[in-house]
Amino acid sequence: MLVAVVTLSSMGAIFGIVLGIAAKKFAVEVDPRVEDLLKIMPGANCGACGQPGCAAFAEAIVAGTVTPDSCSPGGASLYEKIAAIMGTEASAYEERQVAQLLCQGDNTHTRMLYRYEGVTDCHASLTNFKGPKACNFGCVMQGSCSQVCPFGAIQMGANGLPVVDYYRCTGCNKCVVECPLQLYKLVGVSHLVNVRCVNTEKGKGAKANCSTACIKCKICEKNCPEDAVHVVVQGEGTVALIDYEKCTNCGICAAKCPTKSIDKIMPLSEEVILEVGETPTPGCTHCGVCAPQ
Amino acid sequence: MQEYFIIIISAVLINNIVLSQFLGICPFLGVSKKLSASLGMGGAVSFVLVLAGALTWAVQVYLLNPFKIGYLQTIAFILIIAALVQFVEMVMKKYSPPLYKALGIYLPLITTNCAVLGVAIINIQKEYTFGKVMVHSLSHAAGFTLALVLMSGIRERMEDADIPESMQGTPIALVIAALMSIAFLGFSGLI
Repeated sequence: MLVAVVTLSSMGAIFGIVLGIAAKKFAVEVDPRVEDLLKIMPGANCGACGQPGCAAFAEAIVAGTVTPDSCSPGGASLYEKIAAIMGTEASAYEERQVAQLLCQGDNTHTRMLYRYEGVTDCHASLTNFKGPKACNFGCVMQGSCSQVCPFGAIQMGANGLPVVDYYRCTGCNKCVVECPLQLYKLVGVSHLVNVRCVNTEKGKGAKANCSTACIKCKICEKNCPEDAVHVVVQGEGTVALIDYEKCTNCGICAAKCPTKSIDKIMPLSEEVILEVGETPTPGCTHCGVCAPQ
Repeated sequence: MQEYFIIIISAVLINNIVLSQFLGICPFLGVSKKLSASLGMGGAVSFVLVLAGALTWAVQVYLLNPFKIGYLQTIAFILIIAALVQFVEMVMKKYSPPLYKALGIYLPLITTNCAVLGVAIINIQKEYTFGKVMVHSLSHAAGFTLALVLMSGIRERMEDADIPESMQGTPIALVIAALMSIAFLGFSGLI
C-alpha cells in the first residue's frame, strides 16, 4: 500500500517537475495581441478575409500582412475593436454588405422543362440540359448556396428558391463563389431596390420562359427620376441594372416594372445596418478548424 | 528474425489495433474524413505510440515489477502517456514549428487514445523484450495508420455518393467500419 502510494506520487511529482521545467525551457513567445484578437473574432472561420480561419487572420493582422478591415462577418464593430488592440486609428468602415439573390423565378413563375431527381447539388443539376428550367439564367433551386452558408442565412423557401436572411447574412461571399450561375451579388444593406433577373435574352424569349423575367422594356429607365437604372449590355444580350451610386431607393422602377423583376425590399432596422445583429455568431459550425476532421 | 516478422504481420493485419481489437475507434471515425488529416493523425499516433511503448516498458520492468505493484499498471501508464504527450508537444513547438503545425492539433487527442494504452499493455502481457516492444509498437502504429488511410480513402469517395439522408455522416461511417472489420477478419488465417 505504502509502496504503491509513494511510487505513484513520486512518479507524478517527477513528471510534474519535468513538465514544469520543460514549459519554461521550451516556452514559445506568443504576441499577447494575437490572443486578444482571437477572443473578439466572430469565430466562424468562414475564410472571407482570405485566411484559413480566424486564428490565422489574427496572426496575419499582428504580422501586418492583411488589413484589419478584411473581416466581413465582424463588420465595423470588430474593425474598431481590432484597431483598439493594435493601437491604430479606425478609418471609415465600408457599409455592411449582404448577399442578394438575382432571380425570382420560383416554381410558380418559371416554366420547367423536366423534373430533376438527382443529387441535390446545383452544379450536378446543371449538367443535365443546363438545368430543369426553361430559363438558362435562373436559379436551379438545388440549394448549394444554402449548404455552403456558414451562418445559416440562406434557407430554401416554400417555392423552391433560396431565401436570404439579411439579418444573419454577413456578406462572407461564400454563396457568391458557390453559385454556378453567379446569381448572388453583395450589395450594401442600404440599397433596397434590386433588379432580380440576369436573363439577357430578348424580351419575348425571356417572358415565354419566366413570368418575372426582365423583358428589356425600358419602362424603369424612362421612369427613374435619378437616371439610375439602365438596360445595359451584359454577356450576349442586355438586362436592366441599377447604379447604386445614384439610386435613392424611391422604388418607382419597382412599382412600374411590368414583370416585377425589379424588387424593393423592406429596409432593415437601423442597428442592423450599422453592425451585425446578435444572431450571426453561429456557434460551432463544424468547420473542423479547431479540431481535425 | 522470423519472430519479428510474425510480430509485424500479426500487428499490422491480423490483430489490427482498430479493425480487429477495436481500440482507437474515436480518431478512426473522427479523423478519417480527409486523407491528409488521417495521415497527420497516423503520424502523430505512431510517434507517441513508439515513445510511450518504450517508456512504459521501462517503467514496468524497472519500477512496477521490482516493487511488486503491477496492479498499478493502468494508472501509471496513463500518467506516463499524458505527461509524454505534453512534453513532446512542447519540444515540438519549440524546435520544429512545421512539424508542430502538421501534427500539433492531433497531439492532445492522443493523450486519451486507448490504442496507445492498449499497445503498451499488450507489450507487457506478451512479455516482450525491448527490441520486440519497439517492433510491436511500430507495427501497431503502422496498422493504425493503414486503417485510417483506408477509411479516409473510402470516405472521400463517399462525398460524391448519393446516400439516403438518414444514413449520412456517422451511420454510414459505422457501416463501413464494420465491413472493413469483416474484411480484415480474412487475414486471420495468414499465419
